[in-house]
This record gives sequence, C-alpha cells and structure tokens, in this order.
Amino acid sequence: MIADKTIPDFRYTPTIDQVGVEERASRFTKRSIKAETKLNGLLLTLNMIDLTTLEGKDTDGKVKQLCYKAQHLHDAYPGLPTVAAVCVYPSMVSVAKKAVGDSGIKIASVATAFPSGQASLKVKIDDTKFAVNEGADEIDMVISRGKFLQGEYNYVFDEIATIKEACGTARLKVILETGELVTLDKVRRASDIAMYAGADFIKTSTGKISPAATMPVTLVMLEAIRDFYYKTGKMIAMKPAGGISKSKLALHYLVMLKETLGDAWMNNEWFRFGASSLANDVLMQLEKERTGVYQSSNYFSID
Amino acid sequence: MFIMAKAIAKKKITTAKSTTVKKVETKAKNITVKLSFDTLHYAPAPESKSSAKIDAQYNLFINGKFVKSQSGQYYDTINPATEEKITSVAEGNAKDVDIAVKAARKAYEGVWGKMPAKERSKYIYRIARMIQERARELSIIETLDGGKPIRESRDVDVPLAANHFFYNAGWADKLSYAFPNKNPQPLGVAGQILPWNFPLLMAAWKIAPALATGNTVVLKPAKTTSLTALKLAEIIQEADLPPGVVNIITGNGSSMGMALVNHPDVNKIAFTGSTDVGKVIQKAIAGTDKKLTLELGGKGANIIFDDAAIDQAVEGIINGIFFNQGHVCCAGSRLFVQESVYPEVLRKLKDRIATLIVGDPLDKNTDIGAINSKQQLDTIQKYISIGKKEGAEIIESTCAMPKKGFFCRPTLFTNLAQSSRLVQEEIFGPVLTIQTFRTDDEVIEKANNTPFGLSAGVWTDKGSKVFNMTTKLRAGVVWANTFNKFDPTSPFGGYKESGFGREGGMHGLAAYLRV
Repeated sequence: MIADKTIPDFRYTPTIDQVGVEERASRFTKRSIKAETKLNGLLLTLNMIDLTTLEGKDTDGKVKQLCYKAQHLHDAYPGLPTVAAVCVYPSMVSVAKKAVGDSGIKIASVATAFPSGQASLKVKIDDTKFAVNEGADEIDMVISRGKFLQGEYNYVFDEIATIKEACGTARLKVILETGELVTLDKVRRASDIAMYAGADFIKTSTGKISPAATMPVTLVMLEAIRDFYYKTGKMIAMKPAGGISKSKLALHYLVMLKETLGDAWMNNEWFRFGASSLANDVLMQLEKERTGVYQSSNYFSID
Repeated sequence: MFIMAKAIAKKKITTAKSTTVKKVETKAKNITVKLSFDTLHYAPAPESKSSAKIDAQYNLFINGKFVKSQSGQYYDTINPATEEKITSVAEGNAKDVDIAVKAARKAYEGVWGKMPAKERSKYIYRIARMIQERARELSIIETLDGGKPIRESRDVDVPLAANHFFYNAGWADKLSYAFPNKNPQPLGVAGQILPWNFPLLMAAWKIAPALATGNTVVLKPAKTTSLTALKLAEIIQEADLPPGVVNIITGNGSSMGMALVNHPDVNKIAFTGSTDVGKVIQKAIAGTDKKLTLELGGKGANIIFDDAAIDQAVEGIINGIFFNQGHVCCAGSRLFVQESVYPEVLRKLKDRIATLIVGDPLDKNTDIGAINSKQQLDTIQKYISIGKKEGAEIIESTCAMPKKGFFCRPTLFTNLAQSSRLVQEEIFGPVLTIQTFRTDDEVIEKANNTPFGLSAGVWTDKGSKVFNMTTKLRAGVVWANTFNKFDPTSPFGGYKESGFGREGGMHGLAAYLRV
C-alpha cells in the first residue's frame, strides 16, 4: 500500500447517504449472537468500557469507589476482566490515578473546557497539560462545534493538532459531539479533520447532549477510520459514548465493528464504550448465562 | 487479588464444557485482555422448525378441497440446503387443469363475479391478516423449501406477501375510482404460473389483484417450491373463500403449465419465469382473446458515479446481486463503475463479500442461503467456468462452505468485455460482473445494450443526474441510490425481452380488468 500523506481539502469529504447508512446499521442488529459468541462478546464489552463519572458533584470518594469497581466489577463472578479505563474530570485525575494503582487500568480525562469547548485556546491547552501532568493516560477533548459549523475547518484542524501536541505521550480522543453536528455528512467531515489532525481516537459524544452515540453515526465514523487506514496505513481507535446502556446494543456495536474494521480493532486498544450503566447490564447478562436465571439489580453494586 | 481471581477463572473455563471462551491472557497487568469475539463466524443461531407444520403429503387444492391428482402420483420436494426430502406433493396433469378451470369458471359465474365488491374485499383482508398471523410458519417453510435465508423470508417475502393482499383488498370496491368512466369489469378465469424464486410472494402478487378485480384463479406454483402456495391454500380454505375462487395445482411446469395456457376457458394468463418459456406462451395464445402479462428475465445494470456515497452504494450493490442468492429477475447483476472510483469500489466490494455468511438458510445469521436446485447450481457453475475461460478475473469470497446441499460462493468478475457471455446472459445466481465507464452517454449505451430491460440502479449524489439517467435507461424499474425495493403500490414489469404488462399498483389491477 502506498501511504498517501497529503491532507485532503475538507470541503470535499465523501458524501454520506443517510437512508443507506441507517439500512446498513439496522442490518447489524439482525445478527443473532448466541452461545459462546455471546459470552465472549459480553466479556469483551466489559473490557472495552471507559467507566465514566463526569458530574459537577463528583467527590474524591465517588471517584475512588469507581476506581475500585473498575478493578472488581463483580467478584462473585470469577475471572472477569477489568474495564479499559476510568474517565474523570481533570481535577480528579490524581485521585483516580492513585486509586487504580498498578492495575493497568488507564485514566482518561476530559479536557479543553469539556463539554462545551467554549473557552480560549490557551485555557484549553492549560486544561490539557494539567490533566496530563496529573497523570492522565488519555485525553478526551471536544472540538469547537461552532467553528466547525461556520466552516472554519482550518481552525478546528489546528486546534486539534495543538491539543495533540499538549498531550505529549497521552492518547488523544477527539469528541465530535455528533448530536450537535446533526447530519452524517458533517460527522464524516469532522471525523476526517480529527484523524488528519492527529487524533488517536475519534469519539461520538460528550454524553451531555442528546442524541449521543447511535449506530448510524458510529458506522459513518468507522467507515471514515477504514478509509483513513487504507489511505495512510495508520489505525485510529473509535469510542461511541452515551446512550449505550444495554448488553444487546453493545453486542450489536461489536458486530458492526467486526464487520466494518475487522478483528484488528476488536480490543480495547482500538475500541471503547463510553458508558456508566452498561457494565451492570453486562454483568447481569453474564450471571444469567452462568446460572440460567436473571438476578435483580440489587445484586450488582451501583458504584 | 485480581490475579488470583483470574487463576480461578482459567480453571473454571477449561472445565466448563459448554463454552469455548478463549483463554484470558494476562499481560502482566491485565489491561489489553485479548478476548476473541469470534474469529470466523458467529455461533449457530438456527430458527426452530417446530412452529412449522408440514404434512407427509400434499394434494391439489381444487374447488375448496384438497383432492388427489388424477394420476394419483406424487413427487418429492427436497430441501436444497440438505438435499433431504421434506414431503411429497401431488403430481397433476392436464385433466387436473381442466377440473380446476371448470371449478374456477363455476365460482366466477355463480358467486365471485356477482359478489358485491365490498364483500370480496373482506375475504382478501382476511387472507392478509391470516398470512401475518402465520408469518413465522410461512417463513420457515419458505426457507426449508426454497433455500433462501430465514432473514429474508421473515423480513421480506412474507410481510410483503401480506401487504399485497392488504393493498389490493383496499382497491376492490374502489375500482370505478381507479379507472373513472371506464366501467371496469373482471376478465373471468385467470391462469397464473409462478417461478421458483419467490414462491409465496409471487402467489400473493398474482392472486391478490385477480381477486380484488373479481376474477377467479387457477394457480400453478413452480415444481421445486410448491409448499408455501399450498400453505396459502390452507389459509384460503380457513378464510372460507367460496369454493373454486382460488385453485392451486402442482406438478410439471411444461405439461401442466401449457395445459393451463392452452385451456380454451381461461381468459387471462399471468406468467413469471424465463424468457424462453415466455416466448412459448406468447406463441401459444396468439390468435386467442386471452390477455397476457409476462414478467421474464433480466440483466440489471447498477451504475456507480464518482460522486456517489460510495460506502452506501457498495452496500446497495451487494444487496442488489446477493439478495436471494441472486435468484432475482431484477437483480443488479451488471455493475458499471466510473473509472475514477473503480479501485476504491472494488476494494470495498472485496471487503464486504468477506463478511457475507454462506450457510444453513435457517440460521438467522446466514446472508446467502442455498441455490434453489442442483440444476440451477450447475447453470451457475457453467457460467463461472465460461468466465474463467474468457479470461475474466474472478474474485470469490473465502468463507466457510457447508459440506452438503447446493451452495455457491459470492463471486465477482472483473476485466470483462461487453461482449462476454457473462455480461450478456442471465446467470440467476450470486455472480456479479464489473465493468468501468468514463462518461454518462457511454454507460447509458452499455446499460441498454442487452436484450433485457427489467431493472437498473443509479448511484449519484446529484439529483439532476438521477433524472437524466432514469429517463434514458430502458428498464421497467430504475432505482436511485437504493436497489431491490418492492412495494405493493408500485408497478413492476419490463421492457423488451423482460416481458410486458405491469404487476402491482393500479397498473397491476388494470391487467385483470376489461376497461
């Protein structure tokens, strides 16, 4: 493959046909995931979760609890994997980093005036550097949606590139906030800008805007990743976030991932679920698979 | 503590019988656990056969009753996915045709032709609802008998069959509004001959408008796929349709079909099938006052322009050719790609066929089921070897294939000439030919350069180009930015050797009326 390093003109990104995307996305949901495939999928889902708390009312205690849960999802079920990462605000990074210790769980921090991104570039850079210095392994930035919708693609590109520089060795997740971009054409364009500007991950949503992640939006982003990979030879990771709270839906996402990008992406280095309530639903399904009966939600810890 | 838990887990997992969970590799510090979702295919998810009741033997449905054929003989119908016998079906002959036509004539003169239209529509609505109620059973039998994936019979064939009855039921008492000042009158007895690719859907497609317009029916399903039509006969019996209004007779296509076509008391022939047989039928009824509609073969052109939404176009191409194993008269079997996007489209097609699952049609994850018969599989393979001989480049998926049954890999051919037999002739299987083009005029010329004219598809982001193409492509149906979409409200039919007359919509009603 000849790697094409030229940066395309983002005014002419590929067009997307919404009807076609929705049809294709619904086709993945027709796959019937059973037996060992289901069990494998559920375990994989747990391992791909970015366990998240992004509340104004977050306290050290809450974050510590979450970090414990990240390592001990449900000790009554032996052999469960841990989640992939814990995602918090920058002010909580040091607490979280200490709490996960050497478990190998990554600490992701939102930054760049999350969730609106309405701050000066300087503030955003400082926000990012602070989180990295506190020990964040991954930075979840938001793009300037206002600038993007105005057609200021160069501004958006430069901003992402600048934040990527501020990240140092931390992996950068670029949140497009697709719920504010509205059309799939724009989702595709924003995905291309983010990837060419240096994103390690592209991510759908902050979780603060509805709609958050949907299968059609995620599919468009996965296809953008595939095209980028074919052009440049570089793998980009994907993170749908918000709105995925049921196991069945998570399995549909895995089918979509497998059939769009293939097995190389089927691990938590290249795919994450941004979710807080998904883990317990998966645990409930796993217990059902193991014991044959559903247990009530009271059997699963909320934090 | 975590590591300990893991050790226990390993033990558990290796002892558990029912699971084949990949061992959880602990990379010093857990994190990138290599869990395999599935490497090759998904775990089997077969639809249970238990809700489909299949008798040991099926008789002809004449005059409201299931009766033995005059010959008293039966033939076996097999499941093309396993080559095992499903049941046996009565072998009719010309005498049975005569009895059925007489029953239909009597029902037309005595009851159905005189019945107020409102009453007629009640029966048709009832049939529609009963198809819905028995949708699961019908889709399982359709899949067992014909080899199509359960996903398709469940999501397309059966719901669409019900919709055709619903739609036509609505027209029954409104015909004078559909054809104002024309005093529309029924024709009498309609003889209908079905193909094997959409057995139930084609039955609905033909019976529903005939009944709505006040005609009575003698229907002959294809020999290899008669079961759902016979199930429909059960529904019609349960719906209490007056005896003789619908008669369903099974047996050999050439003898019984021709007996029906040549029967002097039949007023209308509706045939869906091959162009060769269509020509024979047209010759046979020349000089009679029988009305005729023919829906014959096709070699649909699917055209991708460089400004199309490529990923969605590729998906449309895949559905256009691999839907129902390519056993679709309007399949998009010739792909034309604009030169500048050819490498991209080809790569994406290759990626996509790698994810198609060929296998047990009853498995809900199967994308491509069994080829309908040994004979058809031989035809497809003949064309594949012709393609190889002609020097075309073949691209086949490498998916796992079932050991028994009639199956064919999804296949692409590139580097083909317009004069290649693969491009010129209907293959009726999961085989796509790919050609390139530079200009609009060139592709219109190439797309129309075929004896057929049933369907075409255009993929572009530009509305004006869609309209330019659709007015110039000589095909009965032209889809834009989609493919293989069917609806009872929309007429369907062909140009040239793809036949004449329309089925579906108001045009479909007209084919059963004297106006």
